Amino acid sequence: MTKENITAEKQFLTPFNVVAGIILLVGAVITILRFTKGIGAVTNLDNNNPWGLWIGFDLMCGVALAAGGYVTSSACYVFGLKKYHSAVRPAILTAFLGYALVVFALHYDVGRPWRLPYPIFYSQGTSSLLFEVGLCVFLYLTVLFVEWTPAAFEWLGFKKIRAWVVRLTMVLTIFGVVLSTLHQSSLGALFQIAPSKLHPLWYSGYLHVYFFISSMFAGMSMVIFEGTLAHKWLHHKMDETHLAEAEGVVLGFGKAASFVMMGYIGIKLIGLAVDNNWHYLTTGWGLWFLVELVGFVLFPAILYGMGAREKNTTFIRIAAFWTVLGIILNRLNISVIAFNYHLPSADRYVPSFMEVGTTIFIVTIGLVVYKFIATRMPILYEHPDYKEHH
Amino acid sequence: MEFFTLHDFMTYSKGITYLIMGAILVFMPLYWLYLTDRDD
Repeated sequence: MTKENITAEKQFLTPFNVVAGIILLVGAVITILRFTKGIGAVTNLDNNNPWGLWIGFDLMCGVALAAGGYVTSSACYVFGLKKYHSAVRPAILTAFLGYALVVFALHYDVGRPWRLPYPIFYSQGTSSLLFEVGLCVFLYLTVLFVEWTPAAFEWLGFKKIRAWVVRLTMVLTIFGVVLSTLHQSSLGALFQIAPSKLHPLWYSGYLHVYFFISSMFAGMSMVIFEGTLAHKWLHHKMDETHLAEAEGVVLGFGKAASFVMMGYIGIKLIGLAVDNNWHYLTTGWGLWFLVELVGFVLFPAILYGMGAREKNTTFIRIAAFWTVLGIILNRLNISVIAFNYHLPSADRYVPSFMEVGTTIFIVTIGLVVYKFIATRMPILYEHPDYKEHH
Repeated sequence: MEFFTLHDFMTYSKGITYLIMGAILVFMPLYWLYLTDRDD
């Protein structure tokens, strides 16, 4: 074996690649089981709990945390905040992969993947919120794909088609904001048809508003969190512009997230007051609700605020990670934990290890594809041939 | 708090809601000033 071969093998057998490889292998086995033995063979879902971790985490959290795409592109292109330009491509890529994996994960839950186009092209259920969500995700995934293609075309050297797509940027951004407004809120509205199943502290006539507003700071937090990880692992791929603008992105998004989160707490209090649900706060569920609202919204909002005021990016990065956890907790509370809260504990849903394994498998696919794209295409740096275009 | 009519309930819950909305209207601009007063 030559020295070059040994070096190449060492470069390939990194801890990330080995762990990711094992997860992908286990995930492939679970996938085979799911699609050959049926959903009952790999999940703990039943008639009481037809939606579990795959919907609660892979779909609900996936869509919320992919909101960085519309937040960043609208900040840069619609509101003209060009100082955030370097954050647009990583945010669009994260959003594109996020939505693609949401659709991918949905196959595990729904089954029969060849029927994916049915709700759009064959049998539209126009009175259903799920149809609205499906249509928006279908359209927005297409928008995100087109928004991402300039990076791929720059990498491939397709100058003409890249120039054509770049001309569509503003239209695509506006389309993306409209579609995100619709489906982010519709995911919350889905649970408004189940007032007897969702605990009153989480159920509200404003649930769709909560989902949309929380998607804004979820997106901003995810941009900061993903940027932090990229700085740690892909620092060598960043150019001077990206590195110079990074602190401004963190401070600006941290400030905006703090303000939106305070507003979110305000409308959550209004929701409690309108339904007069204050008395539930003294129960066990109330304590859990306060853990979510105070521990994972108010606390990071204050941390964001202090970080933005003191120009302390460490505070903001911690707050971003904390907020991402808070969004996951909120979406799981609504779709799994506080859903069917009245059922006896024997009938409550706990995900099987294969459901958890599938979720880890899908997140790992996202990480591997992100790494593959970010190490090859101009995501974290400007392609030298197109610098004057930005 | 006990309610005997829907009107009682609405008067109470809306009253609290409007107080919270007023507090938010005062708090949010002040919080924005807190966030931005050290900006260049």
